[in-house]
Amino acid sequence: MKSTRRSALKATGAFATLVSLGLVTQSQAQAAVDRASFSVKTLDDALKAIGGTPANSDQVTVVSPDIAENGAVVPVGVTSRLPNTTELYIIIEKNPTPFAAAFMIPAGTMADVQTRVKMGQSTNVVAVVKADGKLFSATKETKVTLGGCGG
Amino acid sequence: MADPMRIRAALAGDETTVRVLMAHIMEPGTRKDAAGALIPAHFIQDVEASHNGKPVLKAMWSGAVSQNPFLSFKFKGAAKGDKVVVKWVDNKGGSRTDEATIA
Repeated sequence: MKSTRRSALKATGAFATLVSLGLVTQSQAQAAVDRASFSVKTLDDALKAIGGTPANSDQVTVVSPDIAENGAVVPVGVTSRLPNTTELYIIIEKNPTPFAAAFMIPAGTMADVQTRVKMGQSTNVVAVVKADGKLFSATKETKVTLGGCGG
Repeated sequence: MADPMRIRAALAGDETTVRVLMAHIMEPGTRKDAAGALIPAHFIQDVEASHNGKPVLKAMWSGAVSQNPFLSFKFKGAAKGDKVVVKWVDNKGGSRTDEATIA
């Protein structure tokens, strides 16, 4: 199903021009950030959407490779040893839309999340953590050999 | 309908590690096809995981998450045999819910 849709889209490129609107407009009441945050273009705007400038903290760890061969699949993890961590954010600084993912951590869940993201080029990975209502961050650089955002 | 998720939930000590592999194209909406037209965005926006009806993780994603996304997290307070339910919703309204038993 998935592969046939993909090839159908490739074949009929005109169809694609119709749909580029539906990106990220729907907002979510219960979450700390809304959908619009995901479409901001710079790191500063992404931090603004989260709610301010975070302080660097050695209690926050970004797990990301030093060199990623394939920017389409880069394993990235965030852990926080700060008590009462409630939110985790992953920001890929040089991506066209840096805001990659947000995680809401209820009580009882560890502030330890891993996923895989795309990186267009070598970039800083910024993890922002909200603990006790304050923002903390950590940064790690990942070099990308082959970008993953197409073009 | 999307393919099922693969979910593994394992208890070690008092921590349960949940690993989820979702089948999704995760098209960011920035790529162009051979004809130069933008490929429309199609990606998972919301992920919710719950244990015994209680949410244990909520995630909001953008198209920057890789194709066939992988997600791993840990939580406390579960016992062997409990169910973990994971649900995702994509930006076109598609969704999928799967569950796994904690081993």
